[in-house]
Amino acid sequence: MLEAHPGLPEFDYIKPKTLAEASRFLADHAGEARPLSGGTDIFVRMRDGVWKDKYLVDIKGLDGTDEIVYDPSKGLTIGAAVAMNRVSAHPDVKKHYAALADAVDKVASYQLRNRATIVGNICNASPAGDTIGACLLLGGALDVHGVDGARTEPLASFFEGPGSTALKPGDVVTSLRLPLPPKGLVGRYYKLGRNKSSDLSIIGVTVVGFPDKRAASGYRIKLALASVAPTPLVVAQVEEILAAKPVTEQTIAEAAQAAMDACTPIDDVRASARYRKMMARNLSQKALTEIWNQLGR
Amino acid sequence: MSDLFNVNVTVNGTLYEREVEPRILLSDFLRHDLGLTGTHVGCEHGVCGACTVLFDGNPVRSCLMFAVQTNGHEVTTVEGLGDIDDLHPIQQAFWEAHALQCGFCTPGFLTTLVPFLEENPDPSEEEIRNAISGNLCRCTGYQHIVEAVQLAAEKMRA
Ligand SMILES: Cc1cc2nc3c(=O)[nH]c(=O)nc-3n(C[C@H](O)[C@H](O)[C@H](O)COP(=O)(O)OP(=O)(O)OC[C@H]3O[C@@H](n4cnc5c(N)ncnc54)[C@H](O)[C@@H]3O)c2cc1C
Ligand code: FES
Ligand code: FES
Repeated sequence: MLEAHPGLPEFDYIKPKTLAEASRFLADHAGEARPLSGGTDIFVRMRDGVWKDKYLVDIKGLDGTDEIVYDPSKGLTIGAAVAMNRVSAHPDVKKHYAALADAVDKVASYQLRNRATIVGNICNASPAGDTIGACLLLGGALDVHGVDGARTEPLASFFEGPGSTALKPGDVVTSLRLPLPPKGLVGRYYKLGRNKSSDLSIIGVTVVGFPDKRAASGYRIKLALASVAPTPLVVAQVEEILAAKPVTEQTIAEAAQAAMDACTPIDDVRASARYRKMMARNLSQKALTEIWNQLGR
Repeated sequence: MSDLFNVNVTVNGTLYEREVEPRILLSDFLRHDLGLTGTHVGCEHGVCGACTVLFDGNPVRSCLMFAVQTNGHEVTTVEGLGDIDDLHPIQQAFWEAHALQCGFCTPGFLTTLVPFLEENPDPSEEEIRNAISGNLCRCTGYQHIVEAVQLAAEKMRA
């Protein structure tokens, strides 16, 4: 009999048949059981001995979580088990949620994205998660199945720290929902890595923008940063500055400076905190300028 | 030891029925249980791409999956692409264009490229470089690999 990889800790693999069964098992084994989706974070963490769960509960594809649906009256629902490549290839995602499609395509490699999920990226709650900024700026919310039934968790209040979220033992996220996009929405993700692809970000900048009559400037432009704080960071000042004053080269520079000031990055193997701060300003400036051009000033 | 699981998986067209410990990685299962050592193991962290296989036709890292997760599915390894008397056009092109030196990375490149070329019969150089960006090669500097993909695309279009 073939022996398991010596680097992997002892654990049992649990394959529940329903969400109810999954939630019950996870709650009964709080602190020692973990939901397994694409596994791309879990495998690495387990093998490196960082995570030592006794049970991996395979939730991939339970009760219809393998579907992606765009409803022109409600918006987009991405099942928790839908692999990233299926999301970015979806014509309605490309058309209506460009920032998300762009961010997804910048995660790891094509092969990884055939397994990795957006919900996994969100639940892993790494400050470097490339898709999280787009989900936040697009007003995303998670459908969660817990021991007490189903509930909704808005992403705006979901992240508590690196790897720490509003999820409780027994919770399984079933889908990510994005509301209908505002008219004229444009968006992009800018990722600065040590190489062009396949690495975690040094910093990441997500921007979205759309015409908005209620804003004094006529536009609403939002920006989120990855890898600059303990949680994914939406810089509210950017939106405020560019809504209150006419969008010009100067106000964009002011907004980019606000993005830099909002950062509290750390030094790590990828870059120093100082470099991250400077790049947060420069890349924000570039991102805001390009989105402004795209809005057709 | 953890409980054993039954795995019925079709690998390169042959159905295998095995009992496995759930912690067995797909890469180890293919190499050590089925003896298909064409699937190479480099980093075991999902980075290098040497262990790439096709899972229901899509390229995935076999070091980031458990064998039990393939139950009821289809896997294709480099051995399933072609053999020495009947090479797949991509294998033939790698040979002709000198797209390998030590060959350690080659199975991962080939399995990545088969579905890519089926979907993109006439790829640009940029598209090719993007397609292979999840595969590391320490020897070639990639130039000959890109040329081999162009040659393979030509062969497959013919
Ligand atoms: C080589 C490599 C490169 C990578 N590059 C990038 C990169 O460039 N950018 C990036 O952002 N990430 C990167 N990652 C990290 C990883 O691929 C992503 O975070 C991915 O989106 C995780 O999704 P998954 O489905 O594989 O999650 P899993 O590994 O299955 O789970 C991750 C965490 O989320 C929890 N979880 C997952 N699904 C649910 C659910 N439905 N309900 C409740 N909890 C859940 C799990 O319990 C676990 O704690 C990389 C990983 C590797 C191995
Ligand atoms: S061995 Fe699987 S990606 Fe390197
Ligand atoms: S040929 Fe040696 S690693 Fe690619």
